Amino acid sequence: MVTKIFTKGEWVSALKGARGDYRIFIPVKHKDFHAFELLSDETQPDFEYQNTRLSPKSLIYPQSERMFEYSLDEKDEEAHILKETPKDYTPQAVVGIRPCDAHALQLVNVNFDNPQYRDPLWVKRLESTTLIGLGCNEPCSTCFCTSVGGGPFSEKGLDVLLHDLEDVFLAKPITQKGEAFLEQLGQGKGADDTLLEKAETMARSSLERFTSTVDTGKLKDKEVTELFEAPFWEEVAFACINCGTCTYLCPTCWCFDIQDEVLGKEGDRIRNWDACMFPLFTLHGSGHNPRDEKVQRVRQRFMHKLKYYVDRYNNGVACVGCGRCVQFCPVNIDIRHVCELMNAF
Amino acid sequence: MPEYATKIREIAKRVLEDGKVDVVIGYKKGSIPMVNEPVLIRDPNKVENLIWDSHCALNLCNYLTGRKDRIGIIANGCNSRNIVTHIVENQIKREQLYIIGVPCTGMIDHRAVTRAVNDREILTVEESEDRFTVKGKDFEETFEKKDFLQTNCAVCLHPNPVVYDEMVGEKVEVPEGVSPFKDVEEIEKMDVQERWSFFAELVSPCIRCYACRNACPLCYCPTCFVDESDPQWVGKSIDPTDTMTFHFLRAYHCAGRCTDCGACERACPVGIPVRHFTKKLNKDALELFSWEAGLSLDQRPPLDVYRVDDYNDFVE
Repeated sequence: MVTKIFTKGEWVSALKGARGDYRIFIPVKHKDFHAFELLSDETQPDFEYQNTRLSPKSLIYPQSERMFEYSLDEKDEEAHILKETPKDYTPQAVVGIRPCDAHALQLVNVNFDNPQYRDPLWVKRLESTTLIGLGCNEPCSTCFCTSVGGGPFSEKGLDVLLHDLEDVFLAKPITQKGEAFLEQLGQGKGADDTLLEKAETMARSSLERFTSTVDTGKLKDKEVTELFEAPFWEEVAFACINCGTCTYLCPTCWCFDIQDEVLGKEGDRIRNWDACMFPLFTLHGSGHNPRDEKVQRVRQRFMHKLKYYVDRYNNGVACVGCGRCVQFCPVNIDIRHVCELMNAF
Repeated sequence: MPEYATKIREIAKRVLEDGKVDVVIGYKKGSIPMVNEPVLIRDPNKVENLIWDSHCALNLCNYLTGRKDRIGIIANGCNSRNIVTHIVENQIKREQLYIIGVPCTGMIDHRAVTRAVNDREILTVEESEDRFTVKGKDFEETFEKKDFLQTNCAVCLHPNPVVYDEMVGEKVEVPEGVSPFKDVEEIEKMDVQERWSFFAELVSPCIRCYACRNACPLCYCPTCFVDESDPQWVGKSIDPTDTMTFHFLRAYHCAGRCTDCGACERACPVGIPVRHFTKKLNKDALELFSWEAGLSLDQRPPLDVYRVDDYNDFVE
């Protein structure tokens, strides 16, 4: 597979040229933060960004997605029959996704695509997606991907990895899908050794600039019931206001709720993100709620990411160290601290 | 301000040791710059964790709801007004509280600071008197605090605690000539269509995380209307109608009760200025009932009083 070099102008014009073959999503700045948006003549990609405020998981797994439609009109021959809502599975490319967020999709994939369950919406959309990662030259102080199985230039989950070499992008295909994407772009030229070396040097230098690390090594051997009963949960949970910021910004949170919405005689079955922080998440039909208390919900979030997932999938922790929850938790509950508490318990 | 922290620790230690309170609720320094963590202290030897600076923006009154023990709590102007509201609304008893009053000079809008350094990552912040210095990997800048106050703090008329058992310092001067409702007046000038579009645009980034609701000390309903499931009142998707419904109803639940503490805006992960809604209702409460929430323990809020001599006809 051929590693290619694009000048930055060439890269954007090549992306624009590929819009006939792919729906291309790029980071765009709006007011105070970045979000992935469809590349159009009006949108201006900003590849100098740190990361998007919300993780790009919504491009594979939307916050709200209409799954089925049905009619409640008794005169309709097909009344009460669920029909799958037509969906767009034409090829899409997420260009500039950070390696942590691509790694996250891989972690989530074991939940949605495994021998026991295969979630068709997730599987089809992930299959139709090409992930063009952008390596991180400048890690944030809250980034800890290197502690949780990733890295600023990790290739996990990616189809192409871009290195920003100041004047040019070096695009390294990782999968066949990625190679096909680069071929489709057309432009660009082969990378010479000097640039390949520069890419390596910059990647090494980025690694050296990580200031945040977390120990996760002992989590697997902990007794789950002991961690569950650990005395530190009350203290960890005290400040929590039980909002959904951490879960909704998180690239690895996958929980959802399915709801029917009816207007007149037309109905929709919709899948919405849900969050273990909300009391309603576990409210039973009987009125009983097994996680009625805040401390139970806070514990669930951390136990799921740092213990249950570890035990169930043997795939590391369900956290990629993107630092979003650390940065945006309104009350500064820091997963790095909680992880240390659990690991050291 | 470091002297406030020293005084807070001293008082907290004393009231814990004397058995006057079982716990003290305050702030501890956060793990990242410009965000502090609310903390509960039981052990008099741990009062060193308590701090006070311009980043103590989340309203501590949130943590009082339903407590049965005796609590020492740090309170500046708006926190104290919410404590009053909590007492008036029977959510906590005055006798349970030892209020450590802090005269407040306002909280720093961390988002505005980040904008001012062109989104570069801030690694440390240091305050001295009226200024603060932020440092990052390759920059250092000093700003005047008054230019970076949270928008609610910039128009605050009640910086001093309205109830307290002990103050940590001299009361600060109440600013004069502040007109708190300028932004509301701008919105009032819009015609209906324009205003609707303005609100639709305002809430469009909402992800329904409910951080605004949960950061608000007024939102203590055992089950919020958006969490009702039998029957369900509001849709769970990010359909704009449901999102608008949530924001409007939340605001109306705060009518005549909101102290404009700004916790809702501070907590919003996508930066929606949700105070636009509550401020309009604060303005109405002031104009219709000469009422500002949380100033008196002896007066009922306007929306829960019935008076035979009410000047409105609909009472008859």
